[in-house]
Amino acid sequence: MPLILKLASRNLLQDRLRFVATVVGIVFSIVLVTIQLGLYLSFERMVTTMIDHAPADLWVVPLGTKCFEDPSLLDVRDRAKVLSVQGVTQAVPVVIGFAEWTVPSGGTTPVFVIGSPDSDAGLHPWNFVQGTLGALSGPHAVAVDKTYFGRLGVTGIGDSTEIRDQTAQVVAVTSGIRSFTTTPYVFTSLDGAQAYMGTPPTKVSYFLVHVAPDADIGGIRKGLLASLSKVEVLAPGEFRERSRAFWLFGTGAGAALFAGALLGTIVGTVIVAQTLYSSTKDHLNEFATLRAIGSSSLYINKVIVCQALLSAVIGFSLALGIDLAVVKMTAESALPIVMTLPLAAGLFLLTVVMCVGSAMAAIVQVIRIDPGRVFRQ
Amino acid sequence: MTDSVIEAVDVVKFFGKGAGRVQALKGVSLSLACGQLTLLMGPSGSGKTTLLSVLGCMLTPGTGTVRVAGHSTADEGPGGLAKLRRDHIGFVFQSYHLFPTLSAVDNVRLALDVRGVHGAAAIDRARDVLEIVGLSHKVNAFPDELSGGEQQRVAIARAIVGNAAAILADEPTGALDSENGRAVMTILAQIAKDLSRTVLVVTHDPRTVPFATRTIHMEDGRIFSEE
Repeated sequence: MPLILKLASRNLLQDRLRFVATVVGIVFSIVLVTIQLGLYLSFERMVTTMIDHAPADLWVVPLGTKCFEDPSLLDVRDRAKVLSVQGVTQAVPVVIGFAEWTVPSGGTTPVFVIGSPDSDAGLHPWNFVQGTLGALSGPHAVAVDKTYFGRLGVTGIGDSTEIRDQTAQVVAVTSGIRSFTTTPYVFTSLDGAQAYMGTPPTKVSYFLVHVAPDADIGGIRKGLLASLSKVEVLAPGEFRERSRAFWLFGTGAGAALFAGALLGTIVGTVIVAQTLYSSTKDHLNEFATLRAIGSSSLYINKVIVCQALLSAVIGFSLALGIDLAVVKMTAESALPIVMTLPLAAGLFLLTVVMCVGSAMAAIVQVIRIDPGRVFRQ
Repeated sequence: MTDSVIEAVDVVKFFGKGAGRVQALKGVSLSLACGQLTLLMGPSGSGKTTLLSVLGCMLTPGTGTVRVAGHSTADEGPGGLAKLRRDHIGFVFQSYHLFPTLSAVDNVRLALDVRGVHGAAAIDRARDVLEIVGLSHKVNAFPDELSGGEQQRVAIARAIVGNAAAILADEPTGALDSENGRAVMTILAQIAKDLSRTVLVVTHDPRTVPFATRTIHMEDGRIFSEE
């Protein structure tokens, strides 16, 4: 082992209680940051999950729509105008909205209903674990996600209940289709959705527009805007960004998560800085001796930075273990925490920057040290 | 290299400002040559430690010049002074200043590590030097497992391992009993016999006098006499 690393590690471990406190501080900080950023990533994915799975080249949405869950409605007669634009091959209506699900054991719970015709071009559930998409074409047929069985009071296919006093029978079950609002999604037919939400048959939420291969998307968009009024035409990426911006920043949810992450970083930095500073103070005579025997400032700084890096690596390793356990524990929950490789790499970088940055106070103190103090001690 | 390893000419050093200003050195001139063990003696406050700090490149003189192996310290900053110490000077301190978390061999090779000598070569060299000071059986012992005399011998090994031309020792026998003090002075005298080294020992201890080739007495910031 390089001597500089040996010296750094032994300086750190000389006061084990203080070292444990440092590592606990780093772990606490990194786990907090991970949870906040993991939730942010999870929210970011869930916010756009319906848009991501909708097979649309363009979305026709009511003017001023802020997100996928927006309650504004379009006139169903606009569909004919959409289909009249050259290059458009299909315009699939979709109805969305909140409704009250009657829990079989008593009470009600809000659900988010998504209704679409049973064509391949509609917005349908995916990840089936029971039943098939075809079953959804029957009357009163609904599909729910197994994540929400407890909330909905059902256990699988065949269970039935009511939505807005109308029968709803579970014919299919999915896995992992979760809403960031934690309100369960309920998939059904277009007619069923209109009935469950009390939406007039003349109204729909969106049209999923499909265009011919090699069609000029820009030209079709202009044609749609020219032939329709009080609508917007969005590419999937635009709708995605709009939904993200609304839920994560328009509502302050994203800012709150980032604030939590920032708080975790500050707490970690302060703890590590305090520990390194007091450790350096305890070893001032040794650093003065190093100076006296001719070591450069760089050499001494390396010792301190090594201490910081060791703290970072040990703290991050433990934090990563806890993070992975948290990710696993929440994977099937309504609020999963997401960990990606870039996030893990970013967290490691953050830990290193936090710890090395914390070393600055200690380095400043050592740079000012008078090597002559070795004669006075 | 000249015969004189360290040379001070008319060195003046002040500390403090205003009414609290104190003149610690009042025109000291001194030359330390190879092969000498020089004792620097005098009462407390006579300027011995200040002179040791100036000669050891820990302080620069207010006026006058100090040359170490031909290099003037006058215009050097902390980095330049550290380099002069690294290249030419080894220190031995009264309270040893060993690293408590490192073994004897690691304490010694630390002086090589700061000079950029690492790995097996550094370990072998450190072991060889510990053998010179009679501690080949204690290479893996930690400072709290060594007696005071043994700790001081480790400190001497650390001072000489980098082949410094000058060894400056501050009260090296001050914390030792007579037997260990004598052993330490014997080693320092042997080091001085090597023609490439000069040893300067600041001391109050009269038992060290028989080991000296030269004794300088200081008083009130000046060299009072020389024998």
